[in-house]
Amino acid sequence: MNFFDRLMRLDRRWVFLFLTVVCVAGYYVDYSIPIRVTKETRSIYDFIDSLPPGDIVFVAIDYDPSNQAELHPMTYAIMEHAFRKNLRIIFTALSQNGPGMADQAIRDITDSVALDRTYNGIEYKGRQIVNGVDYTFLGYKPYFSIIILSMGQNFRISFPTDYYGTPLDSIPMMRGVLNYDNVACLIDLSGGNITDAWISYGQGRYNFPLALGLTGVMTAQYYPYLNSGQVFGIMGGMLGAAQYERLADNPGLAIDGMRVQLPAHIVILLFIIIGNIGYFVTRRKVQLEGR
Amino acid sequence: MRRQLPFILVFLAGFFMIFQYFVPHERSEFVYEFLLDWLTIIGGFAMALGIWSLIRVSTDKIRRKRENWGYSIITLAGLFSMMFFGITNWEDGSFGFYIYTAEGLSNSMFRHFFDYILIPIQATMFSLLAFFIASAAYRAFRARSVVASLLLLAALIVMMRFNPMFGAWIETVANWLMNVPNLAAQRAIVIGIGLGIVATALKIILGIERGYMGQG
Repeated sequence: MNFFDRLMRLDRRWVFLFLTVVCVAGYYVDYSIPIRVTKETRSIYDFIDSLPPGDIVFVAIDYDPSNQAELHPMTYAIMEHAFRKNLRIIFTALSQNGPGMADQAIRDITDSVALDRTYNGIEYKGRQIVNGVDYTFLGYKPYFSIIILSMGQNFRISFPTDYYGTPLDSIPMMRGVLNYDNVACLIDLSGGNITDAWISYGQGRYNFPLALGLTGVMTAQYYPYLNSGQVFGIMGGMLGAAQYERLADNPGLAIDGMRVQLPAHIVILLFIIIGNIGYFVTRRKVQLEGR
Repeated sequence: MRRQLPFILVFLAGFFMIFQYFVPHERSEFVYEFLLDWLTIIGGFAMALGIWSLIRVSTDKIRRKRENWGYSIITLAGLFSMMFFGITNWEDGSFGFYIYTAEGLSNSMFRHFFDYILIPIQATMFSLLAFFIASAAYRAFRARSVVASLLLLAALIVMMRFNPMFGAWIETVANWLMNVPNLAAQRAIVIGIGLGIVATALKIILGIERGYMGQG
């Protein structure tokens, strides 16, 4: 058995081992990766950056812990950016484990925004983020299509109280806030088909500005909506989150994670190329032997 | 009548939902909101049924000691402990029930179970996919034909887009792939799915498709 035959019969455990070593090494070796920003991500950043203080951004946290690596950094980056700009946020979580993710993000970013920081040369004084004043977390309700439709009429139909049981009418931030007409934009961070419902039942029917934060594998699927104007921006995978962090001058989980993702991708690319070289050589050998 | 009544209800509800989409009148909106309330209530009952079904199936498995019955104990323990910690808390040294309030949801055990058990479990399961994808890509991603070669080339370029070492040109090529061939194919698929959904919805409303009644 020659080298290429061995290559074609390589045990999958070698692939796993290579990937593990590269991921662990990528995490522990400190190096920086230049992040190029795509216009799909930039349009989300620019939109939020241009909003006047007090405007409301609706953030739909529609992912579970399985998508945490890609989508949690997006949530963190958008939340911190919005709070530093004194914007207010309405959260929902229409996937089963979304409330836990939202709750965790709110706790972490509330701590982060309390500190004085400088981003893109602008100094932001730390401030306390107050529930009901700076944000409202509506919580989770099953059957996302129905909830998205009903919120277009009135948030109170599906969420008479917020996640913590406080009636919506007694929340200062929600006074005069009836439905999607009162929010500047909606950003859906999703790892599943809830995004389709936000496009069809939400944006399609109520016509609000919609941006998407998606897992890497989902991104290609949603480009038609970007080009049709139904969606004004897309952040794709960890790279999208890293681009947002770069724009916001707030390096976090995504830029950190790119140090692992990049070498892992290179390993996969190399394996595909090596696999194809092996395939061509062995096929040629078979063809020659056939003659 | 037992068979005709559901068809009539489906027809009326389906027809009304189409009708009200184009009629933004106050009364139309009222009926629409009324139907949405009903949908939410029915949905709530479906969830209750799901929980009941999980409990019944798991207890049955444990009682009959079927294969892997031990996992059912863990399932039930997880279900009940999350429910228990989600509605209880120690506030000011006293134990209390706080159903659907901030006190109940801020129970540290409830949060710790989520943060330190559920998140790592789900993240691990999903991370394992990366290893399987790497192995599968190595074994199956072969340029066996012209079409497969084109697919392989496109996939490699889109993957290389993540890599800043390849320079800005790869970004341009990858963006073209995403915005032109991918867009055209995706749009065709989306329109096809949309037409399929409309056709199926019409078949259900008109009583041609009766799968929801347990009939073919």
